[in-house]
Amino acid sequence: MSRSRLRRRDEDVPRLSLAGITKSYATMRANDGIDLAVMAGEIHALLGENGAGKSTLVKIVYGVVAPDSGTIAWEGRAVTIADPNAARRLGIGMVFQHFSLFESLTVAENIALGLGDRHAPAALAPRIRAVAERYGLAVDPTRHVHHLSVGERQRVEIVRCLLQEPKLLILDEPTSVLTPQEADGLFAMLRRLADEGCSVLYISHKLEEIAALCHHATVLRAGRVIGECDPTQTSPRKMAEMMVGAAITEPRRVHPARRGATLLAVDGLSLPPDAPFGTALRDIRLELAAGEILGIAGVAGNGQKELLAALSGERRAPSPETIRLAGRPVGTLGAAARRRRGLAFIPEERLGRGAVAEMSLAENGLLTAYGRLARAGLIAWGRVDRFAAGIIARYRVVASGIEAEGRSLSGGNMQKFIVGREIGLAPSVLLAAHPTWGVDIGAAIAIRQALIDLADSGAGVLVVSEDLAELFEIADRIAVLYAGHLSAPLPIGEASTETVGELMGGLGQVLPAMEALGAA
Amino acid sequence: MPLRLELRPRPARAMLYLSPLLAATASALAGAMLFAVLGHNPLQALRILFLSPLDSTYGLAELALKATPLLLCAIGIAIAVRANVWNIGAEGQLTMGAVAGGGIGLAFGEGGGAWVMPLMLVAGMAGGAAWAAVPALLKTRFNAHEILTTLMLTYVAAQFLGWLVHGPWQDPEGFNFPQTRQFAAAATLKPLIEGTRVTLATPLALVIAVLAALFLRRTLAGYRIRVTGLAPDAAAYAGFDAAGTVWFTLLVSGALAGLAGICEVAGPIGQLLPVISPGYGFAGIIVAFLGRLNPFGIVAASLLMALLYLGGESLEMTLQLPLAVPGVIQGMLLFFLLAADVLILYRLRYVPSRSASSVPAADHV
Repeated sequence: MSRSRLRRRDEDVPRLSLAGITKSYATMRANDGIDLAVMAGEIHALLGENGAGKSTLVKIVYGVVAPDSGTIAWEGRAVTIADPNAARRLGIGMVFQHFSLFESLTVAENIALGLGDRHAPAALAPRIRAVAERYGLAVDPTRHVHHLSVGERQRVEIVRCLLQEPKLLILDEPTSVLTPQEADGLFAMLRRLADEGCSVLYISHKLEEIAALCHHATVLRAGRVIGECDPTQTSPRKMAEMMVGAAITEPRRVHPARRGATLLAVDGLSLPPDAPFGTALRDIRLELAAGEILGIAGVAGNGQKELLAALSGERRAPSPETIRLAGRPVGTLGAAARRRRGLAFIPEERLGRGAVAEMSLAENGLLTAYGRLARAGLIAWGRVDRFAAGIIARYRVVASGIEAEGRSLSGGNMQKFIVGREIGLAPSVLLAAHPTWGVDIGAAIAIRQALIDLADSGAGVLVVSEDLAELFEIADRIAVLYAGHLSAPLPIGEASTETVGELMGGLGQVLPAMEALGAA
Repeated sequence: MPLRLELRPRPARAMLYLSPLLAATASALAGAMLFAVLGHNPLQALRILFLSPLDSTYGLAELALKATPLLLCAIGIAIAVRANVWNIGAEGQLTMGAVAGGGIGLAFGEGGGAWVMPLMLVAGMAGGAAWAAVPALLKTRFNAHEILTTLMLTYVAAQFLGWLVHGPWQDPEGFNFPQTRQFAAAATLKPLIEGTRVTLATPLALVIAVLAALFLRRTLAGYRIRVTGLAPDAAAYAGFDAAGTVWFTLLVSGALAGLAGICEVAGPIGQLLPVISPGYGFAGIIVAFLGRLNPFGIVAASLLMALLYLGGESLEMTLQLPLAVPGVIQGMLLFFLLAADVLILYRLRYVPSRSASSVPAADHV
């Protein structure tokens, strides 16, 4: 790879340079005197934990948010970027984490709308094809967006930016929705773009990616620039420590030598989708042993939500025998009954599902621990308070105390509390959905360690995650959910990113890939 | 519009408790303006409205009497609303409670013993609960929204009562007036204090308010209701039975409204009439929110609302103002309360026109 080209020469005028950018919100300073320079043709990483101020900074560059103070210079000229239209006129394009496409319109129609001026979609189609071909982006302008996979949708957003021939392209966590193969395609395209002189500002927290792709990295912490580095020369661990501001010890997984007794068994579970655009589960089979961590990989929208609802009991299976918990049939039991039999569940959404935003941490502890914190229908508030205080202390939850409302916590701290609560129930089987999604590195490590410890104590842990690196780090076996079907699990020693990535993209599957993904 | 509502990061807690007082003050001021426009001395009118009912023991007793059905209805409504179940048909449940309990009283006539009264109270609660069971069934079975069904059943209940007192239950010696016989002595709630009309219903309602507060704070069932109302997905995740919560809250609020109904007809009214309530069930909605859905707050709010009823009657008698005037003030009270709550939870911000104009689809703001 020719990624270590030296692009920074002092005599060059930066394409974009920020000086002293400061932006405060009511309770916190999101950006605090940030200086940043992006050179022409440079792929510049913006690294930082959640809440470090990355998103605020790029929103300022793209004219969505106005800074309180500081200056922006574009190709050496001081500019004020009043709104996204002004940013686009300068030549700045941005691909957001969440797409803004109309499901019922075609690709060309969506792009025509996004371009703002009056463009006939039909006239745009050849231009779309030309750009797509030039950068190796497979996009068909006549297709309807609701048929497209998440990766394809992202390509539509990128093409929309590229049609405006940007000089700076901003991407916010672009690979979070892609398979490894799709991510490789994206990187190839970005390298091509950079070779042609376009600058790229790349937000991510995946350090391996940044090492492989970016020429230069600026690390933010708590709204300030902590340092800069050449990611090709700096180890991912070093970068992580810069982001966190402390030394990092990754959890260690010692894979158990023998499989324990089967704690959770699913035998031929099929369920129709329960919502429009939902995914049907097709003949799911899995076994989870005591002491084991089973990882389930897959791109979002391939039935993860449906599988978890069926396993947790929020949706019931057609027959009791389909799902067995410690050998006993539970398929038709509800969530409360399965909890009583030793199942615990860390859901994907924290506020509103895993916790109640308006309730105190003490009350949120009670949410699933009511079985042990209430007697004869009466709540033992003393025990409730102790239970919550124990979680806060044990998992280092940053909160003002047990009376703190759920919504006052950051996402990572709320997640630590929920993980602590579910593990605190001493479950025999724990289901964990995206346990470290959006959580900063320090908290993520603590959560992974907690899952490993739980498995080591003899519980079965099933982890659904889109983060392959995480699954490879903690899982003993890994299976892939694709279009509602679960592949046979592979021992982690026999699995590679490539094999799992192929399964995530639907290789070896009979069903048409696009149709299933379009439901995402 | 250059003005925009923004969620406040931290709403002031104290203000949330003070807003009912703010709303009451604002309603009094707006009421004063209304009186001035109608050609009366606003201070004098306010004095009649708010103070004259309180200047005698009898007046205070009447206040407690009026507050009792409001309190019972509002407690039930608050428990349901806490679970995000919008029972706005307490008026109908109150009517059916009066019909069911009153029916027992009429059936036994003069022949009943001391057990008639408890039986009537139980029948009243059962009647109200049965009337609320219909929306519960429609909601859990067919997903029909309870706001519509509870409200519509209120009018059915009113018509049913009207048919009974004009038809089968009409007093044969009543000169064809639309009314039933007077309840017998055993079927009547007697005044607790000589010279007033306050019955056992008032202390009973206070006990129920205390029990409701304990229920919401101390029991798992109360906790389930609060979780269901605040975050239904969290309730499903925790394994709480959503349909069970709908049934429970509707039956409880129906039973309490029914209790209010039977206590009214067996107490101060003494018989069934075509109209037995000046809208206690509807005013109970205002009382529930004015009391912050908190049973103790509701006790205070029900007294305030009762004062408006009594003061309205005094205004009618002394200044010949129509009864619609206190109705308007009731409405303003709810309006100001909701407005105060919006401003406590949100702040009004002036936004320069640029950001307020539409932003192209590609931009997330």
